[in-house]
Amino acid sequence: MAGYRGSNINPKKFERGQLKIFLVLLPLAIVMVIPIIYIFCHAFKPMDELFAFPPKIFVSKPTWDNFRNLFKASQSSGIPMSRYVFNSFIVTCSVVLASIIFSTMAAFALSKLKFKGKYLLMEINNAALMFVAVAVQIPRYLVIDTLGMKDNYLAHILPLLAMPVGLFLVKQFIDQVPDALIEAAYIDGAKDFTIYRKLILPLIKPAIATTAILSFQAVWTNIETSNLYINDETMKTLPFYLNTLANANNNVAGQGLQAAAVLIQFLPNLLMFIVLRKSFMNTMANSGIK
Amino acid sequence: MAASEKKRRRNSIAKRESRNRSAYGFLAPYLLLFSIFIIIPIVIAIGLSFTSFNTIQAPTVKGFLNYVNLITQDEIFMQYVLPNTVKYALIVGPGGYILAFLIAWALSQLTSVPRTILAIIFYSPSMTGAVAMAVVWRILFSGDQMGLINNWLMNLGVIDEPIIWLTSATFLLPIMIIVALWSSMGVGFLAMLAGILNADEELYEAAAIDGVKNRFQEMIYITIPTMKPQMLFGAVMAIVNAFQNGAIGVQLSGANPTPGYAGQLIVNHIEDYGFIRYEMGYAAAVSVVLLLIVMVFSKVFGRLLKED
Repeated sequence: MAGYRGSNINPKKFERGQLKIFLVLLPLAIVMVIPIIYIFCHAFKPMDELFAFPPKIFVSKPTWDNFRNLFKASQSSGIPMSRYVFNSFIVTCSVVLASIIFSTMAAFALSKLKFKGKYLLMEINNAALMFVAVAVQIPRYLVIDTLGMKDNYLAHILPLLAMPVGLFLVKQFIDQVPDALIEAAYIDGAKDFTIYRKLILPLIKPAIATTAILSFQAVWTNIETSNLYINDETMKTLPFYLNTLANANNNVAGQGLQAAAVLIQFLPNLLMFIVLRKSFMNTMANSGIK
Repeated sequence: MAASEKKRRRNSIAKRESRNRSAYGFLAPYLLLFSIFIIIPIVIAIGLSFTSFNTIQAPTVKGFLNYVNLITQDEIFMQYVLPNTVKYALIVGPGGYILAFLIAWALSQLTSVPRTILAIIFYSPSMTGAVAMAVVWRILFSGDQMGLINNWLMNLGVIDEPIIWLTSATFLLPIMIIVALWSSMGVGFLAMLAGILNADEELYEAAAIDGVKNRFQEMIYITIPTMKPQMLFGAVMAIVNAFQNGAIGVQLSGANPTPGYAGQLIVNHIEDYGFIRYEMGYAAAVSVVLLLIVMVFSKVFGRLLKED
């Protein structure tokens, strides 16, 4: 047993050698998770625990007070929180659904159909992986203003649908579908759209789940669209409202409120990832840039 | 014979052309949005960067004046914004990337259940979203003795009285870097983890026979070479994330400009000129510089990865 046996990747059983890895990873994981646990507990702390000295990480008498206050605060501002929730719901569903449809359609064409300009388009999209949206906030604003989309739900939705990473990942995934399968369907007389809907879509469920996660993450916590493109208070979204409230209550008493607001933004993301993580990892394995 | 062959050829060409048309149909929605919200804004930014534009009067062409001013006149840019950005990007980009790779590699050495739990923990900070992230750290770095960090450091005897972290010119940038590193295990990290796990096990067995002696050698000689494509993807994501989260200094300190310009990055400079001073032409020039910097960073990274 002296020699090194190799192949330690993805082991099936626990071995002593893994202890060293745990020794390094566990402390790091604890450091990284402390802020999240702290905020999680903070959201459930009653007022006296928020003011307790010395500050404690964990909560001893959890309450829903902070969440209740979050709702109450909104009633005094005139616009009920349910309005923001409704806006966010509409916007989030539209973005997730539309980005799944648009990116799978475009990825199918880029991966399996023959047409002029295909490689150029792929190159452009690959270059756009480097695109930093904050850099062009101002021109984007001018475009939306010119198109007359200000104070319109479309201003929340459309800018987020151009997601080069999503298209890239789905395209890489469709590349794995054997061409022979598609050729066979053509011989049977299937049209492109039938092939897309009946053959490709069922085969690329992991990539669809991945697009759903990425677009959900992009839209659910987004405040730029409410900040820049929407003046009408009744059309702004939940993260904008939560953020405004967090900034207005930037003191110890408001910390519970802020923490509750953070949780409302964070937990759906986390749950969605936990549920769909297998599909996500499956897609990520094909994510290489060649 | 010849006639039927001709007919068949025409048929196949016609078929290909019709397929062509449907290909553009499939692409149309994405391409339209891609053009409107990515290509056109970049073109406008480049166009505006050669003008002076205050959003009320029509833009007037100024040639390279904005760029010349940026380099020669803008003391704040040269003295604070550029050095801050370079420092921040060099640590958070490559640093976060190397950290992500090492953690992904270490995770791949574990069995499935602990690996999944730890991977979720490492990935979760990047899911909080930029604004919520700032709130989390604002609470942790509260400037009074109620702040968790102040309390810990005082208990350990490192400091005697609470430090007002987020408005301090000394600490703001280091805190921004810590927060950015904390949230840097994003999509690129998961891509690299998946890439390592997907490797061919026979390669590792063969390497062990050929004399690879430990985990570290295995990583250098097999893992990295076999997953270069994922590593390149991870690199691009790391850089883009570093710059995308560039507004965090303003969110943490609650002011633009940040105290003493200590946490001022290029993104804040763009907002400062664009949305506060309404000098759109100048802001556009800064935007173009930012896009160029991201591109240069990515290219250099790609070159490094391809060479060794």
